[in-house]
Amino acid sequence: MIIRRLENWPFDGFSGGVSEVERLRRDLGRLLNGRTGGNGWDFPAGVFPLMNVSQDSENVYVRAEIPGMLLDQLDVSVTGRSLTVTGERAIPDEHSNVRYHRKEREAGKIRRQLALPTDVDNERVQAKYQHGILMVVLPKSEKAKPKKIAISG
Amino acid sequence: MATQTQDIQARDKREVKSDAEQTIPGRVFSPNVDIFEDDQALTIVADMPGVPSENVAIDLRNDVLSLSGVPSVSVPEKEEYVLQEYDTGKYFRQFTLSEVIDQEHIEAKLNNGVLRVTLPKVGPAKPRKIEITEG
Repeated sequence: MIIRRLENWPFDGFSGGVSEVERLRRDLGRLLNGRTGGNGWDFPAGVFPLMNVSQDSENVYVRAEIPGMLLDQLDVSVTGRSLTVTGERAIPDEHSNVRYHRKEREAGKIRRQLALPTDVDNERVQAKYQHGILMVVLPKSEKAKPKKIAISG
Repeated sequence: MATQTQDIQARDKREVKSDAEQTIPGRVFSPNVDIFEDDQALTIVADMPGVPSENVAIDLRNDVLSLSGVPSVSVPEKEEYVLQEYDTGKYFRQFTLSEVIDQEHIEAKLNNGVLRVTLPKVGPAKPRKIEITEG
């Protein structure tokens, strides 16, 4: 009942790909799970960097927004069905006589582990970092790929 | 006491709430910024992950600086989401500047999703005193 009411709620002019209900569910999940992470698939871990995971029949794609990294500050590894991203985001100090008015950007350690939805071919995993977005392409292992079954009549 | 590097906290992006409606549908987010100044210039550093340099617009008029960026990366339609923790959309943020800026020499650099705009100041801004006459 509550869901139905919220769906019709006039939030604002923007309507993106994700519905307000989906976002509410996500926030709720984060609240319930705390920010410790390592949970299952339904709810986000709430650990930086936040990740979007998608798949097609061939690959699993993991994307994360981590602006302003150098390649040697970022490590990606795959073990079994687990993807690990570690690193450190450094924000270099400006020279000493500047006065800061705002400091919203965060520096610090990055540690995120993600359980993959299927088995992947660890040897062929590729990672790319462009425009501040880390994208990992994980080819599904043969047995995890969907197989078309011929139906005989 | 040794300073220990903290883990970065995951935060949702802040969505821009505006009275004016967008002509192009999609969400608009406010990028995180650092703003600092010295005697010569005011510098704004903004996180805009996913935005290539050709999609950044910087506009300064009537003392209002607008930064906007459109991410180029979109998820192909053949992919289905398994988990979506962050939303993507345009970045937009405006600042009212109190200093007089040398518009000819504004510099902007974009590097791995971080935009850095340097706004050189024009001399020291002199406070103008207004005489009030009685009568």
